[in-house]
Amino acid sequence: MANIISDETIEYVGILAKLELSDEEKEQAKSDMGRMLDYIDKLGELDTTDVEPMSHVFPVQNVFREDVVTNGDDREQLLSNAPQEKDGMFMAPRTFE
Amino acid sequence: MNKQYETVIGLEVHVELATKTKIFCGCSTAFGAQPNTQTCPVCTGMPGSLPVLNKQVLEYAIAVGLATNCNITRYAKFDRKNYFYPDNPQNYQISQLYLPICRNGGVEIETAEGGVKTVGIHEIHMEEDAGKLIHDEWEDCSLVDYNRSGVPLIEIVSEPDMRSAEEVIAYLEKLRLVIQYLGASDCKLQEGSMRADVNLSVREAGAKEFGTRTEMKNLNSFKAITRAIEGERDRQIDLIESGESVVQETRRWDDTKGESYAMRSKEDAQDYRYFPDPDLTPISVSEEMLAEIRAKQPEFRTEKMKRYKAEFDIPDYDIEIITGEKPLADLFEATVALGGQPKKVSNWLMGETLRLMKERETDASDLCFSPEHLAKLIGLTERKEINSSVAKEVFEVMFEKDIDPEIYVEEKGLKTVTDEGALKKTVEEVIAANPQSVEDYRNGKEKAIGFLVGQTMKAMKGKADPGAVNQMLKELL
Amino acid sequence: MAITDMTAVQLAAAIKAGETTAVEAAEAVLAQIEKEDKKYNCYVTVDREGALAQAKSVQEQIETGTLTGPLAGVPVAVKDNLCTEGLLTTCSSKILYNFVPTYTAEAVKNLKQAGAVILGKTNMDEFAMGSTTETSAYGPTKNPRNPEYVPGGSSGGSAAAVAANECTYAIGSDTGGSIRQPASYCGVVGMKPTYGTVSRYGLIAYGSSLDQIGPLTKDVTDCATVLEALASHDEKDSTSIARDDTDFTSALTEDVAGLRIGIPNDYLGEGLDDEVKTAVLQAAGALEKKGAVVERFDLSLVDYAIPAYYTIAAAEASSNLERFDGIKYGYRAEEYAGLHNMYKKSRSEGFGEEVKRRIMLGSFVLSSGYYDAYYLKALKVKALIKKAFDEAFAKYDIILGPVAPTTAPKLGESLTDPIQMYLGDIYTIAVNLAGLPGISVPCGQDGKGLPIGLQMIGDCFQEKKLIRAAYTYEQEVGRHE
Repeated sequence: MANIISDETIEYVGILAKLELSDEEKEQAKSDMGRMLDYIDKLGELDTTDVEPMSHVFPVQNVFREDVVTNGDDREQLLSNAPQEKDGMFMAPRTFE
Repeated sequence: MNKQYETVIGLEVHVELATKTKIFCGCSTAFGAQPNTQTCPVCTGMPGSLPVLNKQVLEYAIAVGLATNCNITRYAKFDRKNYFYPDNPQNYQISQLYLPICRNGGVEIETAEGGVKTVGIHEIHMEEDAGKLIHDEWEDCSLVDYNRSGVPLIEIVSEPDMRSAEEVIAYLEKLRLVIQYLGASDCKLQEGSMRADVNLSVREAGAKEFGTRTEMKNLNSFKAITRAIEGERDRQIDLIESGESVVQETRRWDDTKGESYAMRSKEDAQDYRYFPDPDLTPISVSEEMLAEIRAKQPEFRTEKMKRYKAEFDIPDYDIEIITGEKPLADLFEATVALGGQPKKVSNWLMGETLRLMKERETDASDLCFSPEHLAKLIGLTERKEINSSVAKEVFEVMFEKDIDPEIYVEEKGLKTVTDEGALKKTVEEVIAANPQSVEDYRNGKEKAIGFLVGQTMKAMKGKADPGAVNQMLKELL
Repeated sequence: MAITDMTAVQLAAAIKAGETTAVEAAEAVLAQIEKEDKKYNCYVTVDREGALAQAKSVQEQIETGTLTGPLAGVPVAVKDNLCTEGLLTTCSSKILYNFVPTYTAEAVKNLKQAGAVILGKTNMDEFAMGSTTETSAYGPTKNPRNPEYVPGGSSGGSAAAVAANECTYAIGSDTGGSIRQPASYCGVVGMKPTYGTVSRYGLIAYGSSLDQIGPLTKDVTDCATVLEALASHDEKDSTSIARDDTDFTSALTEDVAGLRIGIPNDYLGEGLDDEVKTAVLQAAGALEKKGAVVERFDLSLVDYAIPAYYTIAAAEASSNLERFDGIKYGYRAEEYAGLHNMYKKSRSEGFGEEVKRRIMLGSFVLSSGYYDAYYLKALKVKALIKKAFDEAFAKYDIILGPVAPTTAPKLGESLTDPIQMYLGDIYTIAVNLAGLPGISVPCGQDGKGLPIGLQMIGDCFQEKKLIRAAYTYEQEVGRHE
């Protein structure tokens, strides 16, 4: 396996992705990610000098909307799925230090 | 401290654009609505919702870019900036990193020494604003309101070209004016429609390399910016002098305490994993689009000042003040167009308007009285239908609620009494009631007549022309 | 013919002719679900009352003549990653166990406008990540052709529901083969249209640049008819394309004379099951007999599609799935200490293993220092793959091959080795990278009696060629059951 994924990397990616893995899951993730990256490294065989990265397949451009208000008050519906709400707002764990 | 230090400052300025709707959905951007009443699946990150770009946002961004001498990117894209926070409903912000809409511009500012210097603009990009977090003490939690989520912003990133708080303020003033003149934003620091983050580093005078910089957030006024710059400059110099090093970090300014603290946390990796947003198509800016936006560019301040100088007989100082706030200039021009004499219009703006704005802490963009009503008020005084103290009184009401001064004067019976007989009768009564003052005047005490004028005005409840009263008194005495 | 055996077009015609009603149709299919779904687990949610109420209203509209289309009154099953207002939508994930959308996906709206009766929401691989429908938080779906085998995935519930007559037709989504592969495993017709043909508004995104919605049906006629109803230009989806050639049913003609068909040698090589290969080549022979010109050619870059795909899809997914954070909707952990711990616990408890694996990979390939080497490289390879297809379509009208290297694997055999599972997508994945249309048509069975699928791939916007060829083939050999 060419790609060795360290504990630190798994820890770091867990912070980015907001995932907390158990020790067992971490070991599994290290091995899975290493193998996947080995596999992805295959792309390195291709010479892509001067190739433009393609994010959109079609040359569709300039899709705009006009600056006109189309939405009304949807609050009740919006909050209907909230795990916790108060005073018409979503309740989240405190963000202020 | 025996070494000399130079402060190097760059700014990231966020400006909320004056569109009717949000950047990627048809929700209203109106200020002050009940929490979450201006939201939809798109701006609250509901699963399956998709963004569509508001064309006006692009046009404003390009207009600001042109006005600040930027190159407009002909092929631009939106990228996702990924980070978790409750005010960010998708947990990614749609912004621009790789191909921002404007690049490599700059504006000129006046330096303290009276010279002119250019502050470079690295780039301007479009992005969406986050929602608002409110701390609930009772529940010890945060409450999230997404009304502001998706409000369009442009972020103007300067080059590290500024060297003092004064230059920073001059640069911000310049941006504010340009953007206000474009109508792209009202640029209110206090209300957050203009926000500045300060990137600051220090280096020994003459050094070629930049020092390590910090980024300062939460600066809500010019005063706070000045204090934060001075505070951070001193903090960094102290660190260097004591042999420590400056850490590259984001700090939050607490203006009441006059100090800043680091916003770091273990969970905050500052690795935003930008990549092109696959839900939005690229933007291709054509020559026609540019020409259209160019054609719509307004007369900016410098041109306006020149024109005022040529067209109107008002002092340079007035021109400077009036053109310094786009709403004042608009009011001035509209009132003059309605027949108000330029000097008189200018006097109302420079005098009573500025006085009341200062007294009531009103922003120029919040002035509510119409040019029609100001023109009518000037007309009333010119025709001497009301005297100047009544006019001031009426103006104060106009300033509050934009009443029609003609109707108001009529309804409240504030018109000057022009009936000679009535005036004469009152003056005679005042003479009869104040023999001492009459005596004094006749004995050469010129000042005594002032008292008699005052008494007459009082008897007529202010509705007389003081000049006419004065003359009548002199005649009768 | 029993209602449950009818195709959508047959059933709509019977309702129109007054031989049956939309209500009877819904009742018949609901009875079939009642009878069979304990065995197959095709559905996450069955909306019995809702379906009957819709059927009643649709029937009235048919009788008053306001609904006249070829799908009016026909019951449909909807994949559980399409938002349906007021109806639970889980993506087969615990993290959305209680999520009731406040709006309906554009594609589903289009079907409703055509008189569809929504039966419920079908099981799938969690967030469409998987090829077997075994990653669902609500238990695996089983293949109605043989319940010891998987139905394929990720639209496994939709494909199985069609195969088990638990709906008359279904819709699914296809990010790397998620319609075509389960259609192949279950012996039904499935189609992924050109990217941008069906609005993605209301489709809970996996890989936004790859996802497309499409039909799973009993035959090619239904496939064209349903796709015609699904397709629309939607201003709410910036990637939606305005097309004036979505009259797909006009291509239901038996005519392949002169049609140039290319079979990539790369699609017949190592790893391909012999029985599958034989069936596919026989199907090509049948088309050749009808006048098509069939050739072998080298497509090139086939081996690079999977690594490019998994890089791009995982990257987009890692970002698309960030919104599931326990604040606005869905699952929130019971116990946590502070904001970030709430995020981590809710997401770790709410997402399944495969989803977490792809989120981790996607977050890594986008992270600082790796973006160029992985993500940008994959986008460049995507450009090369698109170019290879462009060159192929200069010579051929259609590319023909298998859908998958094998027929359906047994339940429980696939998830142990993710990479091995990903390799099963080798023939379907490039189609999504290049935005092309692809169709899967049943073309026989293997020795175990499991269905084999024939895949045909067209150039962008050339769905009609695919429908014409598929229809011709189906007419020639008869519908494979």
